[in-house]
Amino acid sequence: MALLLTHTRYQLLETVRVPIALVGNAFFPGAAMLFFVVPAAGDHPVGATIAAASMMTFSVMTSGLFTHGLGVAEDRAQPWDPYTRTLPAGPWPRFGARILTALGMTLIGILPVLAIAVFLTEATATPLQLLLGLGALVVGSIPFQLLGLFIGYALPMKAAVAVVQLLFFPMAVGGGLLTNPMDPPAFIAAVAPFLPSRGAAELVWAAVGYNTPRPLTMVMFGVWIVVAGALALWAYRRDEGNRFS
Amino acid sequence: MAEPTAGPLAESTAAPVAAPSTDPAAGTRARPETLARAVGVTRRYGDVLALDGLSLDIRSGELVGLLGPNGAGKSTLINLFVGLRKPSSGRVELLGGSPADPARRRGIGVTPQETGLPATLRVREVVDFVAAHYPRSVERGALLERFGLSGLERRQIGGLSGGQKRRLAVALAFVGDPRLVFLDEPTTGLDVEARRSLWEAVRHFHAEGGTVVLTSHYLEEVEALAERVVVIGQGRILADGTTAEVRDIAGVRRVTLTAGDLPELPGVLSAERDGARTHLLTTDADTLVRALVRADVPFSDLEIRPTSLEEAFITITARPSRAA
Repeated sequence: MALLLTHTRYQLLETVRVPIALVGNAFFPGAAMLFFVVPAAGDHPVGATIAAASMMTFSVMTSGLFTHGLGVAEDRAQPWDPYTRTLPAGPWPRFGARILTALGMTLIGILPVLAIAVFLTEATATPLQLLLGLGALVVGSIPFQLLGLFIGYALPMKAAVAVVQLLFFPMAVGGGLLTNPMDPPAFIAAVAPFLPSRGAAELVWAAVGYNTPRPLTMVMFGVWIVVAGALALWAYRRDEGNRFS
Repeated sequence: MAEPTAGPLAESTAAPVAAPSTDPAAGTRARPETLARAVGVTRRYGDVLALDGLSLDIRSGELVGLLGPNGAGKSTLINLFVGLRKPSSGRVELLGGSPADPARRRGIGVTPQETGLPATLRVREVVDFVAAHYPRSVERGALLERFGLSGLERRQIGGLSGGQKRRLAVALAFVGDPRLVFLDEPTTGLDVEARRSLWEAVRHFHAEGGTVVLTSHYLEEVEALAERVVVIGQGRILADGTTAEVRDIAGVRRVTLTAGDLPELPGVLSAERDGARTHLLTTDADTLVRALVRADVPFSDLEIRPTSLEEAFITITARPSRAA
């Protein structure tokens, strides 16, 4: 446990020491919130709340994909990574620290969106809804963290950058995070239930009091978790096998 | 391949498991204990055979130099001892258990490759990070002073010079107050002065009872530090002996001449014909040439050249009966 905290502390330190990583993490959802949500739905309590929830889901998605996808791929390229394996600790402190670091980054990523929602829009949520929403965001981040780990362990750095970028935008658009969920374009309505971004978003929407998650979306969300988890485990084992067996 | 993997000087390692008491060095230390052991270890990477049935014991209080050309298998052997890799076959023991067991690794220290230190962390932080893994650790200030890094605690690693990074990397091996350290190419890229001060730190650790395994492809470095030298080539132990014994082997000369049938000559380790030319490997070229002249055989184009260490060892192991 002490080692888990030590590893988390140093991974966070390494991340925080390159401030642009934090800015990148928080910028896009914050900017989208500021430029699209505030002018279009800022005066509309329901619209602003739902849109803020969507943006936070979007932020959680990018944090999971980028923090792990790029972070793991980068670490794997450094000799420091094998060195830490010679230290007297099993693989879990380092692995656990990755998850906690990504959650930390996720939190940092949603703060600007939250601040903009509170101060510049009519979005509302009770403290309980806010707490539920945070819980839903953590749950919603699971498939993206797993996908990020899969990409990070399976691909070299340059390929990981490309794949993460290819993946996150269609997921955000296709999941309906950037459009009005009440009246989505037909194409998005058709594909959204099959994307994990939609499952995450429906959980967060429900947490702040709008709609109940649809069964199809939830089932697909579960399928994504299982598949991404299996892929992440496979890539992790393969990588360890290649380099450490 | 069926021959023992050890060279002429490798009595102790030729046996599958050398009991500490049979080791000639054992008498000089109180109750030496085997800290790390490889028994018949083979390691393949796909089709490449990195280690070929190698056996080696590292005993407490030793300062062992692993010497050999790049690709000889030195780093693979170290990686097996520190738990980074598993052998394809054979057995590796560390402090009486498996290197894969983190508890065993509390007793060892390892040097990371210098290029890999996290650039954004400060010197102080990376030392503390490593120290957090060990039940007890050495005092940070004293450690940094011993490696010439005093006053750099607050510097980010990315801002250190190459030599400072290298010294920090080596210092990290000593953070956890280990019994046994593995230093893989510790002084690569250091200038002469930095190299000597690093040697001093390693000697200091050894003088206080620590055990050291270091790899190098510099003969000079191994000569300066090690008491026991293990020469590795093509995944096997080519020689294992004291520094002096290995230096003698390093003195092998290649004598080349054009001649017909040669009589029995003294000190010839190996003989090889290449067309009209005959190549003789010997540790004593002077005696050989005197005997050649006295034998009154016709020869021409006499040439005497030093051999490289590897060349000498490979020739010797290829013909174990002649070398004995």
